[in-house]
Amino acid sequence: MENLGLLVDGFGSVLTPENLLYAVIGVLLGTFVGVLPGIGPAMAVALLLPVTYGLEPISAFIMFAGIYYGGMYGGSTTAILLNTPGESASVMTALEGNLMARAGRAAQALATAAIGSFIAGTIGTLLVVFFAPALASVAVEIGAPSYFALMVLAMVMVTSVLGGSPLRGFIALFLGLTIGLVGLDLNTGQSRLSFDQPLLADRIDVVVVAVGIFALGEALWVAAHLRRSPAHVIPVGRPWMSRSDLKRSWGPWLRGTAYGFPFGALPAGGAEIPTFLSYITEKRIAARKGHDDFGKGAIEGVAGPEAANNASAAGTFVPLLALGLPVTATSAVMLAALQGYGIEPGPGLMTDQPELVWALLASLLIGNVLLLVLNLPLAPLWAKLLRIPRPQLYAGILFFAALGAYAANLQAFDLFLLLLLGLLGLMMRRFALPVLPLILGVILGPLMEFRLREAMAISGGDVSALWSEPLAIVIYVVVSIAVVAPFAVRRLRPTPAAVAADQSLTTDDTQTEEKVR
Amino acid sequence: MSTSLDTPTTAESPRETPGPDRDLAQLGLAALLVVVGAYTFWEATTLRVGFGDPVGPRVFPYVIGAVTVLLGILLVIATLRGDVPQAEGGEDVDLRHPADWTTVLKLVGVLLFTVLTITFLGWAVSGALLFIGSAWSLGSRTLVRDVIVGFVLSVASWYFFHEGLGVILPAGILDGVL
Repeated sequence: MENLGLLVDGFGSVLTPENLLYAVIGVLLGTFVGVLPGIGPAMAVALLLPVTYGLEPISAFIMFAGIYYGGMYGGSTTAILLNTPGESASVMTALEGNLMARAGRAAQALATAAIGSFIAGTIGTLLVVFFAPALASVAVEIGAPSYFALMVLAMVMVTSVLGGSPLRGFIALFLGLTIGLVGLDLNTGQSRLSFDQPLLADRIDVVVVAVGIFALGEALWVAAHLRRSPAHVIPVGRPWMSRSDLKRSWGPWLRGTAYGFPFGALPAGGAEIPTFLSYITEKRIAARKGHDDFGKGAIEGVAGPEAANNASAAGTFVPLLALGLPVTATSAVMLAALQGYGIEPGPGLMTDQPELVWALLASLLIGNVLLLVLNLPLAPLWAKLLRIPRPQLYAGILFFAALGAYAANLQAFDLFLLLLLGLLGLMMRRFALPVLPLILGVILGPLMEFRLREAMAISGGDVSALWSEPLAIVIYVVVSIAVVAPFAVRRLRPTPAAVAADQSLTTDDTQTEEKVR
Repeated sequence: MSTSLDTPTTAESPRETPGPDRDLAQLGLAALLVVVGAYTFWEATTLRVGFGDPVGPRVFPYVIGAVTVLLGILLVIATLRGDVPQAEGGEDVDLRHPADWTTVLKLVGVLLFTVLTITFLGWAVSGALLFIGSAWSLGSRTLVRDVIVGFVLSVASWYFFHEGLGVILPAGILDGVL
């Protein structure tokens, strides 16, 4: 109950007319950028970070929260209306959502996605309020060796377990770790990998890395392969739901939430697995009830995965706030933003800056409400954005990427770095290197080095200190299982998840059947 | 899309047309990894070790450099054994045609021009030129409209940062005008 009191205090500091205005601007900007084709939530947050530069931390947080939820909502709009999932978590939404849109039920699909996201986001954020402080109070007790082990765990999970190809995951991770090395060494103050550039000695801003790899890399990759034929956009009316739509949606919303939150909260990362599980569950339940219109545009197939997606996004705030560990690209960018306000990632985050953390949680709840209030009526307007001609769209992305990288330090050199990182992003897309391990390497690499040196300094250089804590040993055991298990399972038989991951995702019915089987 | 963080999501675009069973361009990536890793490792040897710090500034670069070299070698082996990356699809991406590197080069040129001139021209002019140049590189032929949109965007963003956020973007040659 103490948590609720703190949350109320959080609301107190957030709820001023000025801050609410920032929240509204955040939701609108986030949705605007998120709806634009080719931009997922991580990129939306990265691109819009500079907008918050001049603000007080609390005003900035409430704006982030709006941008974050707006960006996620925008992703489901493109998935439903264009059949183009903006990120891997929207793939399942696109399956039934686009079929519904083609059958003239785009408005209902958008409505069930918006309301489902609202319910899942609210329940998920309330669960964060209860879980994160409890975990954080345990986490502040853990020593440097265990924290080091936790970071190893996060990296291994994201790199080798979640991705399709462990080799490519590790290549991306180590490129990120190399970028993270650039700058002054923590203890001796010598610059590493900075080529005698004073501007590099200052470390590369994570925001520049994120904008370069996500936004510029994407724009360059699209430029190399621009589709010459215009995309087909389905018109949308004002979203509303009939009584039967509601009746069919509330079960999937709640079940999706139940799937999504644990996957986000345990650093298992990503929303692919819970959205997939939610989709199969709803399909099975519908089949048992005898009204199986999956494959023809079933509303359950939109409601469940969308709720799972949002609940898992809320869940990622548990490791982020309690341990300072980001496990998705979006939370990695959020963490970079928090660092900009002097909030150091780590288990002390909640105890060192309680008023900021509670303000952030209150902001998430407010952002969630505003999303629903603003975006249900505005859906037809957002759909129009999908018609922006592609040359101007990507020129605009380049423009805002450059603006963001430049506004941080007002150095032309940052634009040059942005270009280099954009070319790296282009190369990563060409060679199918995943982006998340790289971002994680940039953020966690320096933290890991800091913790390792702390642990070693305490033990006087005795390496065995690294496994001197029981928690650390447990984590290393989990890490080894996580690394070995996929190989062992692959030897035995191809798992359904692997089959799904390997297939190109299309709405082709036969493939869907096969995947979901 | 875009951020397809973990798995390449192929939306509508079918798989790449059955290409060669080896992607020799990957050897370029492998070479890059070896060079970056070796340089990281070598540079670490030039660092001075401090006192009272058992780990020191060298250990991380040593490990990261060495593993990066190793990953480069593993990538060479994988490539020669026929590992082909599945390039990332996306909503505006059509992988059925060969890559159009001319457009990419034009964009890189536009960005380099921005890097070199931004301090002198200021954001309002440089940003507008960036938008116009990029739109043109990407195939837009509505020049008049792009010029108008570009200048509106850059001047509006200059004022937004200046008035709203207190971030003073350089005005460059328009100093005194804005």
